[in-house]
Amino acid sequence: MTAPSVGQTGFLQRDPIFRLTRITGRLLLYGLLIVMSLWFLAPLFWMFMSSFMPLDQVGVFPVQWIPRVWMPENFTEALRFWNFGTTFRNTMLITLFSIVGDIGSCTIVAYGFARFRFPYRDTLFLILLATLMLPFAVRLIPVYAAYEAIGWIDTFYPLIVPNFFGNAFYIFICRQFFLGIPQDLLDAAKIDGASEVRIFTKVMIPLAKPAIVVIAILSFQNSWNDFLGPLIYLKDPDLHTLAIGLYKFTSLPGQGGIYNQQMAASTMMVLPVLIVFFLFQKQFIQGANISGLKG
Amino acid sequence: MGLLFISPWIVGVLLFSLFPFVASFLLSFTKYNIVQPPEWIGLDHYNSIFTDDPLFLKSLRNTGVYVGGSVTIRIVLGFALALLLNAKVRFLGLWRTLFYLPSVVPIVALSVIWLYVLNARAGLLNSLLYAIGLPRYRWFADPDIAMIGYLIMSTTWVGVTMVIFLAGLQGIPEEYYDAAKIDGANVFQRLRRVTIPLMTPTIYLNILINIINAFQVFTQVFIMTDGTGGPRDATRTYVLHLFDHAFQYLPPQMGYSSALAWILFMIIFFFTAVIVTTSQRWVFYQGGENGA
Repeated sequence: MTAPSVGQTGFLQRDPIFRLTRITGRLLLYGLLIVMSLWFLAPLFWMFMSSFMPLDQVGVFPVQWIPRVWMPENFTEALRFWNFGTTFRNTMLITLFSIVGDIGSCTIVAYGFARFRFPYRDTLFLILLATLMLPFAVRLIPVYAAYEAIGWIDTFYPLIVPNFFGNAFYIFICRQFFLGIPQDLLDAAKIDGASEVRIFTKVMIPLAKPAIVVIAILSFQNSWNDFLGPLIYLKDPDLHTLAIGLYKFTSLPGQGGIYNQQMAASTMMVLPVLIVFFLFQKQFIQGANISGLKG
Repeated sequence: MGLLFISPWIVGVLLFSLFPFVASFLLSFTKYNIVQPPEWIGLDHYNSIFTDDPLFLKSLRNTGVYVGGSVTIRIVLGFALALLLNAKVRFLGLWRTLFYLPSVVPIVALSVIWLYVLNARAGLLNSLLYAIGLPRYRWFADPDIAMIGYLIMSTTWVGVTMVIFLAGLQGIPEEYYDAAKIDGANVFQRLRRVTIPLMTPTIYLNILINIINAFQVFTQVFIMTDGTGGPRDATRTYVLHLFDHAFQYLPPQMGYSSALAWILFMIIFFFTAVIVTTSQRWVFYQGGENGA
């Protein structure tokens, strides 16, 4: 039985001094939460607002929050210099293929680690976890040289193909999930004469849907937000992604001062991510949680 | 059969981890510009890094400032926010979403936004400082404080750490607090004697992950300084320095860059090893088994 906690027993709550400190405590708590939310959201709110402002209003000190006149033409102007259509299509393409590759490879590999006994399995799994600690800078140069040698620079392959060979972290997530599925379920399928492949596709995959959604979201975030990969592998402007397009747009010579259009461009890149975030909040938070528990 | 299932990963780890790991080690002893085959020069690169490259030490120091500052911010602020949200607040889901929101914004967009947050003339941060009567700073022009700007920006990702801590806090059984209350422990004693010890496994993993990531800080500095690490290399981070040699220098110095990469690997490995070995002394596992 849970012992009654002191704060909830009657005699203290009727004590005026106790109630007063409790109310101040709550006020302080919510005050802090509001201040912190403002801190986190103000930059994004300002991005959105300033993307509708006339240029001279963006440079005013102290900062102004509401557009003096609303100028949706900042967006059309930004689109004139920034090839949003092409970069958006390229980003979508890379992202979709990456998600497919990540889900396919990671579920298969995770199933292998979770449900089979084979020599060196635990050693191999430790190696998998160890690769999480390998800095990307160590891989960067040999991998780049290899792509250069096989003519993959200025193609999407370097950004897509590796995802078909499993991502250590997503495999970890998926394996944890598979381990939680009761063995009885698989034994029953086996008794019914289902093959391993059938058990995997017909029993495990449908059950693993929550884990797959988390992987899809992490993979989406990874590809959509990636900067370094497209920066070194995609030189042809027709192949640029949103991230590179936005970077080029904001660092274009002579474009340094058009803050309002730069904010309009940023808004256009951020909006799809925010929509996905609001649709799948729970899975985003789950993804973050699992990443904190790995190791 | 199991090996068949994991075979994609085995191929992947050979191609994308083991091969580059070994190859970059070998390349670090060569002169290599991609166009011509690598030429063996022994320890020359390591020699010039340690004796002849003032930017090596500078970028290492800048990165050290970022690692120390941003990891502290993420752990302390993330833990504090998680404690606030764990105090039975209303609309918990809403607050959690609001705090987490900035971390999902693409880093390129965040960098563009923060260029104006930290803008000296009309930026948000200076407006805030002005409003509460504090002096304004030239965040990007003053070498002494340029890294501080990136530390302030790193609060953007506190939400991720907070969410992880919050999940940990919610896993602590209420009975422990009730028992402590009956023994007369006040809020601070409960925090020190119950909450923090039970949270050490989560704190430990977060310190580890954040240190490994923070050492590799690159993208925001690259975008916000247009690849220069300015002013006067005051924000040149280690990976930016390494990237410079491999991808911005002509001809590219891939061998030198590989040597820098391996030094970074050793540094990260060293920190990881120290944290892992000392963890036995301060990380408390319930029931002796790994709580994670």
